[in-house]
Amino acid sequence: MENNSTENNTVLNISNVNVTFGGLHALSEINLQIEEGKTHAIIGPNGAGKSTLLNVCIGKLVPDTGTVTLDGEIMTGKLPHEINHAGMVRVFQTPEIFPEMSILRNMMIPAFAKRDGMFKFNAFTSMADEKEIEAEAIHVLQDFGLVDQMHHHAGSMSRGDKRRLELGMGLIQHPRILLLDEPTAGMARHDTNRTIELLQSIKERGTTKVIIEHDMHVVFSLADRISVLAQGRIIAAGTPDEIRANPKVQEAYLGGAEI
Amino acid sequence: MNKQFFQSDLGTMLLFSVAILTMPVWLDPVGANYPDLLQKFAIFGIFAIGFNILFGLTGYLSFGHAVFLGVGSYTAVWSFKLLSMNVLPAIMFSMIIAGIFAIGIGYLCLRRSGIYFSILTLAFAQMSYNMAYSVLTPITNGETGLQLSSQDPRIVDNAFSDAVVEGLPSTNLFGMEMSGYPGFYFCAVLLIIAFFFSLRIFRSPFGMKLQAIKSNQTRMRYTGFNTRPYLLTAFVISGIYAGLAGSLLAVTDPLAGAERMQWTASGEVVLMTILGGMGTLVGPLLGVGIIKYFENIFSSLNSNRLHEIFSWLPDGLEDFVVTVVSHFVGEGWQLTLGLLFMLVVIFLPGGVMEGIRRTSTVIKNYNAKRSQNKEAVTAAASKESDDGK
Repeated sequence: MENNSTENNTVLNISNVNVTFGGLHALSEINLQIEEGKTHAIIGPNGAGKSTLLNVCIGKLVPDTGTVTLDGEIMTGKLPHEINHAGMVRVFQTPEIFPEMSILRNMMIPAFAKRDGMFKFNAFTSMADEKEIEAEAIHVLQDFGLVDQMHHHAGSMSRGDKRRLELGMGLIQHPRILLLDEPTAGMARHDTNRTIELLQSIKERGTTKVIIEHDMHVVFSLADRISVLAQGRIIAAGTPDEIRANPKVQEAYLGGAEI
Repeated sequence: MNKQFFQSDLGTMLLFSVAILTMPVWLDPVGANYPDLLQKFAIFGIFAIGFNILFGLTGYLSFGHAVFLGVGSYTAVWSFKLLSMNVLPAIMFSMIIAGIFAIGIGYLCLRRSGIYFSILTLAFAQMSYNMAYSVLTPITNGETGLQLSSQDPRIVDNAFSDAVVEGLPSTNLFGMEMSGYPGFYFCAVLLIIAFFFSLRIFRSPFGMKLQAIKSNQTRMRYTGFNTRPYLLTAFVISGIYAGLAGSLLAVTDPLAGAERMQWTASGEVVLMTILGGMGTLVGPLLGVGIIKYFENIFSSLNSNRLHEIFSWLPDGLEDFVVTVVSHFVGEGWQLTLGLLFMLVVIFLPGGVMEGIRRTSTVIKNYNAKRSQNKEAVTAAASKESDDGK
């Protein structure tokens, strides 16, 4: 099925999204196009509405007006698991893992989702595929350097490891678009660098990404395009160089300091 | 190699089957070797295993599972009355009808989670209980309970034999009467089959997904899982288990009363599962064993029996001890059970199974330490002898 948005290589199209909480305008008239294969960073001060925007994308929040479309298909109003199946996968800011289960199983669960997340009776076929999925999970764990401890409980991991696991759980689903919510927040420097390397390697695979980040070092080393969000509005958008030079951005977010 | 074998499905099943089928032998010393009690062990074992598939794997606490037990019993008795005294159709129909009830109740109750789910199931159970007591009397025979009578049509039986039976016929499996030990072995075989299915569910990807729902349902949704059909399937499976248990209650004693659906019956299976260890394979069975043992053995101890047990004590002390202990046995057996339950929940939240696991860890550590010490001693000794040269 060909349509306009795929011809323009727009994967995710957020158009005219408004969200209000009581009297507060959390998001006002957000328009955003994410192009295929690009890494799009969204930056902005605390409370600017960045996480709210992601919540709208994955169906946690229904906007007052406006739509989110993925490959031309409207996502607004769909259930979270349907949005996930369409290919939009979010990596959470606070690791949302399955703490009582082993790391390996944590990785296997999202790998199963594509095949039988919608639920069907496949008691017999699923047994046969289990080994395949386990192998895939181990492969991803190897990439993430977690394979040595894969039989440990996920709840006992360090925070940095949990976040890497979280990232892996997003990637194993081979998403059309990956939404990353502050992937390096609260990480030690060397962990941050490791995560940047990981994200760069994902970029080479051509996965489209939206990334919310506070750490400008991370943003400028990964992003192809940047949108700046302040008080629920997009105040600037452009390439990293344009954003760096934009005086409005410096005032609103970067505090006037040179980057 | 041995350890691996016992952890494999085949090994587990072999061990389990032997343990269940030899129950009359190894329960003899504790005075629990009589068919009625053994049947209860097996039947409530099936009930608890099924309940554990829902509660242990998904964390959804149903307070109304006795409904399915009751439905199973009524269906089985009706099958005896209308069709045949053979137990196989009775069991089959019970499972089907209980499954249908579970689909309906589960579909409605699973719209909520946590405490709201529990309350909804409780409400359904009380509703069914009251209906069985009053409005549904034509089907359930109300207070008296559903019983066999000599006027029952029993279409299939009567079509194949003209023999006039004196008094009420008894349930049978192709002519083998289902009371006493044959009844126990029949229940035991079904328990083994039920355990096998539960084992497969626990170790399958389906079980893994249920555990993930228990662990973090919200995340499960964002990971792309439609969780409700999974929960409903678990609910229906456990409902069918309860229906099977209910039909077996009717098989071993063909009458069904509304009190089987009362909330105390639902609460009992919750107690059994928690006491034994929820979410473990054999935990619920241990819980069943403990509770049924208390209910049948502890409750039958009276002061004469206690005087016999404590006769080795000096006279004054003997009277004192018997006076104290007698409050905890006989009529007071539930007091002991309550205390035991409190102790387990406070000190061993994972139930008896956690106790077993902890003990085995302690023993393992102790053994490891001892062998280490031994090595150290021998190493030191050999070093000394080397020095001596």
